[in-house]
Amino acid sequence: MSAPASGRRRRSRFGAADRIVPPGAQSARSVGVMAAILAFFAAVALALALAAGRLAENWAGELAETATLQIFTDEPDVEDQARAALNVLRTTPGVRSVRMIEVEEQRALLEPWLGPEAALDGLPLPLLIDVGLDSAAFDRESLELRLAAEAPAAVFDDHGAWRGPLVLTAERLRVFALASLGLLALCFAAALSLAAHAAIAASGQVIQTLRLVGARDGFVASAFTRRFALQAGIGAAVGTALGLVLLALLPQASEPGFFLVGIGLAGWHWILPLAIPVASAGIAWAATARAVRRNLLKWS
Amino acid sequence: MIEFENVGFSYGKAAILEDANLAIAPGSFHFLVGPSGAGKTTFLRLCYLDLVPTSGHLRFFGRRISARDRNAIADLRRAVGVVHQDCRFIDHLPLIENIALPLRVSGVEMRERADDLAALLEWVDLTDRIDALPSELSGGERQRAAVARAVILSPEMILADEPTGNIDWDMSMRLLTLLVELNRMGKTVLIATHDLNLIRAAKARVQARVLRLSDGRILPAGADL
Repeated sequence: MSAPASGRRRRSRFGAADRIVPPGAQSARSVGVMAAILAFFAAVALALALAAGRLAENWAGELAETATLQIFTDEPDVEDQARAALNVLRTTPGVRSVRMIEVEEQRALLEPWLGPEAALDGLPLPLLIDVGLDSAAFDRESLELRLAAEAPAAVFDDHGAWRGPLVLTAERLRVFALASLGLLALCFAAALSLAAHAAIAASGQVIQTLRLVGARDGFVASAFTRRFALQAGIGAAVGTALGLVLLALLPQASEPGFFLVGIGLAGWHWILPLAIPVASAGIAWAATARAVRRNLLKWS
Repeated sequence: MIEFENVGFSYGKAAILEDANLAIAPGSFHFLVGPSGAGKTTFLRLCYLDLVPTSGHLRFFGRRISARDRNAIADLRRAVGVVHQDCRFIDHLPLIENIALPLRVSGVEMRERADDLAALLEWVDLTDRIDALPSELSGGERQRAAVARAVILSPEMILADEPTGNIDWDMSMRLLTLLVELNRMGKTVLIATHDLNLIRAAKARVQARVLRLSDGRILPAGADL
């Protein structure tokens, strides 16, 4: 006996797992669009969370390893004070490095704030010493006591006054971004649940027929979940890609002048947004399966 | 095969079936007759657990199936092929996929059963129509396709609800021939119909028992049938 005609065409059609769901189900298509939009925002929120975390770590960690010693040059014995201060610093436990900041370097640091045309010559620039710290071994109080005794004009500044609020802000920003991610996921799950309900309501005849011929609930659910998960995954991949393009266009933290505010992705963090389409498909799968099973039970 | 033990069924206060006791033996051929609205379709739906009795018990292949055991009900439906008057196809799938639907829901790949499928299509004379959508089929083609779908898993029992309701006499005889052939292969057949000529034609070919459903009771039909 020969095989039925058009067998090749038939098999390829039959291979599409989600074909049982009516192709005109508008809700399945809208899932893709919705997933793309939410994935875009998720990519941005994820980047914000990662950048905020990175900034908080930098401000709390790397910047905490540095400090500045200032000696104002209107002091008559500034040279003696500087020598004494350097001596104190070099003999203080926890001080890793000490470096005098030259006047030219100070002017270069001020230029972005005051402009290249500013008359810096008239400014009373202090004598600055850059201090590298090992915060675990460093005792600030002890250093200040020694400086007060041996170089009273020296002012030690570990940047704590401005670093603390920045760290707090960055940490709050990270919590905000993570909460946004969670809310986006919830919003996506709720919208998918609605879309699945609508698709099921529009596919009542198909589901009744499937059950009539012996389909188990799992089979019916998987027909819908495959369709929705695929749509969500593809849509989320497009949305994530758009989000990544936008993030790539943002100034990077490695660029001059943006080390404090670079909110793009950095290093291996670029891999993480790839999880968004996978997570979207997973959420779509779970939300649709739940909605389908609830409907099937209701119809029993 | 299917045993009714004091089975009752009602839609609210309207009793459709009362204290029905009946055993449908393997390999038998039954007709169920009765006026429109007597509950023939309801009786068939009870036979494949699309409805659950409001009283009494049903036994399928010697065992009771709980209405809560949804997988067992699905498995039962694979062992009972059903032919509806309106065929119940999936409109956007071509005929071949509709006929193969029971294979698909059972996890059987269509290519694994390509020879059986080809033979089945030849048997119901639909080999040339496999790519047609259900809406493109004639009434007779739809009914033959419904029979093909009902038997593709080689079920023990075939239930048919007014299978000749929408087709002419010649096509009805063709369909009856298919059902009689299935019975001769050992399948149990139960047909709900109000077409007495169909019953008479069948009794000329096969030993058929006729049941009458009236006022909620199932009784043997009179001598006229």
